Amino acid sequence: MKFKGGIHPSYLKLTAGLPIEAMPLLERYLVPIGQHIGAPGDVVVEKGQAVKRGEPLTRPAGFVSVPVHAPTSGTVKKIADFPHPLGRPQLSIELEADGLDAWWESAAPVGDWRTLAPAALRDAIRDAGIVGLGGATFPTHVKLSPPEDKPIDLLVVNGAECEPYLTSDHRIMLEQAVDVCEGVGLMMRVLGVGRAMVGVEDNKPDALEALRRACPPDLPLEFRLLETKYPQGSEKHLIYALCKREVPAGGLPMDVGVVVQNVGTAAACVQAVRDGRPMTERVVTVTGSAVMEPRNLMVRIGTTLQDVLDHCGGVTGDLGKVIYGGPMMGMVQFDLECPVLKGTSGILCLKESEVTQFEGRACIRCGNCVDACPMLLVPSRMGVLVERSRWEDLGEACVTDCIECGSCAYVCPSRRPLVQYFKRGKLEWRAVQRRQDSHA
Amino acid sequence: MNTPVKDTVSVQNLIVSASPHVHAGQDVRAVMRDVLLALVPGVLVGLWFFGLPALVVLLLSVGGCVACEWAACRLLGRRSTVGDLSAALTGVLLAMNLPSGSPWWLVLVGAVVAIGLGKAIYGGLGMNPFNPALVARVFLLISFPVQMTRWVVPRGPGTGFDAATGATPLGAVKEAISLGRPLTAVDLPGAGDLLLGDMGGSLGEVGAAALMLGGFYLLWRGIIRWQIPVGFIASLVVVTGIAHAAAPDRYLHPLIHVLSGGLILGAFFMATDMVTSPVTRRGMLVFGVGCGLLTAVIRLWGGYPEGVSFAILLMNAVTPLIDRYTRPRVFGAPRRVLFSVRRGS
Ligand code: SF4
Ligand code: SF4
Repeated sequence: MKFKGGIHPSYLKLTAGLPIEAMPLLERYLVPIGQHIGAPGDVVVEKGQAVKRGEPLTRPAGFVSVPVHAPTSGTVKKIADFPHPLGRPQLSIELEADGLDAWWESAAPVGDWRTLAPAALRDAIRDAGIVGLGGATFPTHVKLSPPEDKPIDLLVVNGAECEPYLTSDHRIMLEQAVDVCEGVGLMMRVLGVGRAMVGVEDNKPDALEALRRACPPDLPLEFRLLETKYPQGSEKHLIYALCKREVPAGGLPMDVGVVVQNVGTAAACVQAVRDGRPMTERVVTVTGSAVMEPRNLMVRIGTTLQDVLDHCGGVTGDLGKVIYGGPMMGMVQFDLECPVLKGTSGILCLKESEVTQFEGRACIRCGNCVDACPMLLVPSRMGVLVERSRWEDLGEACVTDCIECGSCAYVCPSRRPLVQYFKRGKLEWRAVQRRQDSHA
Repeated sequence: MNTPVKDTVSVQNLIVSASPHVHAGQDVRAVMRDVLLALVPGVLVGLWFFGLPALVVLLLSVGGCVACEWAACRLLGRRSTVGDLSAALTGVLLAMNLPSGSPWWLVLVGAVVAIGLGKAIYGGLGMNPFNPALVARVFLLISFPVQMTRWVVPRGPGTGFDAATGATPLGAVKEAISLGRPLTAVDLPGAGDLLLGDMGGSLGEVGAAALMLGGFYLLWRGIIRWQIPVGFIASLVVVTGIAHAAAPDRYLHPLIHVLSGGLILGAFFMATDMVTSPVTRRGMLVFGVGCGLLTAVIRLWGGYPEGVSFAILLMNAVTPLIDRYTRPRVFGAPRRVLFSVRRGS
């Protein structure tokens, strides 16, 4: 099945052929306590305390919360507000490494996932601090706990990696194929589903082949090559492409009996349970024409952007933009002191000349955005409504269904900043709704 | 490839802006340039047949439109939009809608009307509800009917200078019918002449084949979608075909309808004007079909021999309405009742 709309950007997967390399140990790490969607944990260490790799630095505060762990052994130097990729400084733990990189004694294997109870697996996943590694950073144990009234019959595993440039999932599928498959099996056990489908875009047939070969015979995984089209990795579109179920507007995958997990997350889950390894590192694609040596790196969580770029030979003099994630939906960075987080799938460095300025000329009604929108919205109209501050009409235009994928802006000849418009439009529409509610 | 290396990165002034961070590379100027390029074969055929006077009309029209655009931007205190080439395109399209021997003042009045009344007063490119070139054409047709229907009949290629004036094929037919004469009494060009352009008309009414070539280029480049030209031509063929089958001595063969008058220019270049046509695919089809039906009605039963301009302008007027009612079903929204074959609950 193919979804309607979408675009074919230049993929520029510069690093697809480069194996994952471990980054050498550094002297200093900066671990923000909030790296996921949900409440940040409560800090459980003190200044000056010695910690080991994998030792929890926070304790979950509530259900939708996960701990963060020490990326290496060393001493807690400072607990204070530090630069954070989201923009505003956030409470972070500065760690001075001792160079020994010793593992925490309690970070021991949990057991065999094939025999452990689903609840125990779920706890282990939470304690390991695992979140959606595709970039969504929603705590995985929460996603694996669907409410009683939402029966799940299918686990969809996202190996699409539809963002240009990024290759971290591609490399994980190639190099950790067994862990990915085992992880899928583990998640199936937690969810109690008998069916799982793995979707990979057809520009990575080697990844799918690797998974197929590595798949243990007792796991009933279905592997599917999907059309290479952005945003194939969007949850709703991936589900549609794999099993033709349409997540209702405003709904979640569980409304159609599906849970979606990323391939890297699956591997992380099995590593946590089988090896007792909490999330202390992740694969990051460092790429773009403005970085000297593009690479796929295994980076400790809390490594600063500066350190990563230095390790990759530095950047060119005409560096224009640094982005966490891909060029379509990634988040722009303005401080190289910011650390790598659990959700950092890539670090993209674009030259000044490659950066598109969206200046917002008038819409010429070319219809490109209408053809491109995978949600089948009419972005041209929504854009005009935002420009004219006609907030109350935005609901009827379905602005809340926009997934901010950027396909519309990508093809707009007038270079209208459509995504920015729709982010604003959503806020304003919600405000309108609140006003209406309070009157009612 | 990569320029200077710094051991340690230290960057200030990083560009900060929202996603997406890359773009397909197209811009308005490139779109307009493509349309202009697509018009080249048609323009060349027209110039070949009508010679120097047609060239004068073309240059005056383009120059006039560009000058008006510049002046309008100055007057309104806006950044000049001459560079986006849309005014130049309007100029070419206007020239193609005028008799090739039009006096200079007629062309300039047309340019002022097209850019001033057709576009600038609405706020410039993107804001105008009607196709500016057609606004000018119809304005001139109503204000200066004599000059606007003084068609030059080409006397073979390259002899534009001493061409005589005469009626367009559609005009001749309309006249014959109003005088009660049968169509066989009218000296009509053959299909080959129509395709090549050997007949009376405006710059853009001759050379159907060359115009179509340009149209296909635009389709191939993805600048226009097939829905408008196909809907336009198909519906015209159906209606004129039925009429012709019922009364062959009163109504022309549909092929002649397609190849004569401004139809090809209209279907591929005027009706497809992005600003004034729908943005959805289904809307484009409705729009194209509407244009074809209206053209057929005006040509067969209306007071004017040619109906393409009026048809397109009328459809321009209902474009917002068409857009409203042809919005696609949003992904995940309930299907319309008529097609409710949803899986499960
Ligand atoms: S950003 Fe929103 S409106 Fe634009 S293409 Fe994506 S879903 Fe459609
Ligand atoms: S792509 Fe841009 S110019 Fe074209 S219709 Fe959409 S918003 Fe308007």
